[in-house]
Amino acid sequence: MNSQQLFVAFWTILVREIRRFTRIWAQTLLPPAITITLYYIIFGNLIGSRIGEMGGFNYMEYIVPGLIMMSVITNSYSNVVSSFYSSKFQHNIEELLVSPVPNWVILAGYVFGGVARGLMIGVIVTLLSLFFTDLQVHHLGVTVLVVLLTAILFSLGGFINAIFAQSFDDVSIVPTFVLTPLTYLGGVFYSINLLPEFWQNVSLLNPILYMVNTFRYGILGVSDISIGFALTAIVVFIGLLSAWALHLLKTGKGLRS
Amino acid sequence: MTTALSIRDLRKVYGNGFEALKGVSFDVEPGDFMALLGPNGAGKSTTLGVVSSLVNKSSGTVSVFGHDLDSDPVGVKRHLGVVPQEFNFNQFEKVEHILITQAGYYGIPAAQAKERAEHYLRQLGLWEKRDTPSRMLSGGMKRRLMIARALMHEPRLLILDEPTAGVDIELRRSMWAFLQDLNAKGTTIILTTHYLEEAESLCRNIAIIDHGQIVQNTSMRDLLAQLNTETFLLDIQPPQTATPELDGYNARLDSAQLLEVDVEKGQGLNDLFQQLQAQQVNVTSMRNKANRLEELFVSLVEKNLSEKEPA
Repeated sequence: MNSQQLFVAFWTILVREIRRFTRIWAQTLLPPAITITLYYIIFGNLIGSRIGEMGGFNYMEYIVPGLIMMSVITNSYSNVVSSFYSSKFQHNIEELLVSPVPNWVILAGYVFGGVARGLMIGVIVTLLSLFFTDLQVHHLGVTVLVVLLTAILFSLGGFINAIFAQSFDDVSIVPTFVLTPLTYLGGVFYSINLLPEFWQNVSLLNPILYMVNTFRYGILGVSDISIGFALTAIVVFIGLLSAWALHLLKTGKGLRS
Repeated sequence: MTTALSIRDLRKVYGNGFEALKGVSFDVEPGDFMALLGPNGAGKSTTLGVVSSLVNKSSGTVSVFGHDLDSDPVGVKRHLGVVPQEFNFNQFEKVEHILITQAGYYGIPAAQAKERAEHYLRQLGLWEKRDTPSRMLSGGMKRRLMIARALMHEPRLLILDEPTAGVDIELRRSMWAFLQDLNAKGTTIILTTHYLEEAESLCRNIAIIDHGQIVQNTSMRDLLAQLNTETFLLDIQPPQTATPELDGYNARLDSAQLLEVDVEKGQGLNDLFQQLQAQQVNVTSMRNKANRLEELFVSLVEKNLSEKEPA
């Protein structure tokens, strides 16, 4: 396939993915908007007003970046894992497997489908946050870069999860038992400086902490960790997960008998 | 001329140790309309799965119009259209979207894909359903949708795995006409089916696979010429209480007015009618008892089975 045909194939997968999650908007776009609004009201407004400042900002300002990032992470992951697993379940993944689309284009199409949903949710919850606080962007470049890289990373994670998944239960295990705890413990609601030294060090093993804090740096200009290290680590993990996903596609794991 | 499909010594052993293919080899010439037949579990779908890249082979070679599956899988896929046995499109997508999306996987731009989608949807009687979610279609419509989808990139070799399963006879015949027209325009077609009448009507060549091996690979004409005996059903009057005495024929009385007679190749029917006439038995109508290919198919598969059984 020449470069134009490759682009058409990539665009086809991306458009199909966007069409899928917008068609079922009541399941994909609406719930995170409602959930995050409740977080804003309960944690930001009601409880937050009694907490006072955190990291030099009022509590609502502090948690908004974390909640936006949490939405991007869970929705990027969920989109790819559910879409790709559904394609396996309905066997319509065979449409792609019999076609000449190279594996890297298949991967890119699904991943950017996940990125599209993650970013769309990110924009929605950002707009909703404006009802509760004035959002100033401290560093636009870092903000956009980290949200994009994070969405790519978790879309890749969703893709690999879907390849290994053999039932719909397997699709929900990682988000429920891995992603949600790591996100809640990843500094969305608090600064790790509040923790005893031991738990601060344990928190530094949580990859989501770096993404949340880098995004918070982009918005507020404060962070618990080194931004350069965080961005480098995300890029390295994107490289590793991409290589793993491509290897799985090449061997046909879970796809070809 | 390059063969449309060439398979050599194809073997497949599944993870559980089951040997589905034990050295399958056959060729399909360009423009051919070939039947690949075999009982359930014989290896038909595995063979076609390997050709269409849905099953990893254990060993052997596959080439499509000169493109080797190992060294040039993209070349193989560009020339190949696949209509699988099971419905495998997205049940929630609209009919037209399914076709345009499939074309996109082959790098065909949306505008061109839209034109082709309209062409095939009209040809297959689905144009009015273009905005319908595919799950809302009837079984016959879903079968036609899968054929339209497989044609979107205009493949030179079309593989159809039981394309008319569960389709009523009227629709089946209209699909036959469509496929014959497609073949006449140059598309090479390989068909698997359980309707042996379908294979006999459509296909010029036939390969029979059983227990992972090709047990017959010849022209339909040569295969049917192997048939030594045909069985006829005769409607007779007046009703009989015993089988008429027929010298040289093996006959059975199915009911008082229905006589079943085996006629060997070259034996002819004149003598049969004369003997019945002599016994005041009139034949009011007659027909073949079974599909001729079916008899051969059963005998070939049974022969293969008996050769494998320990003495």
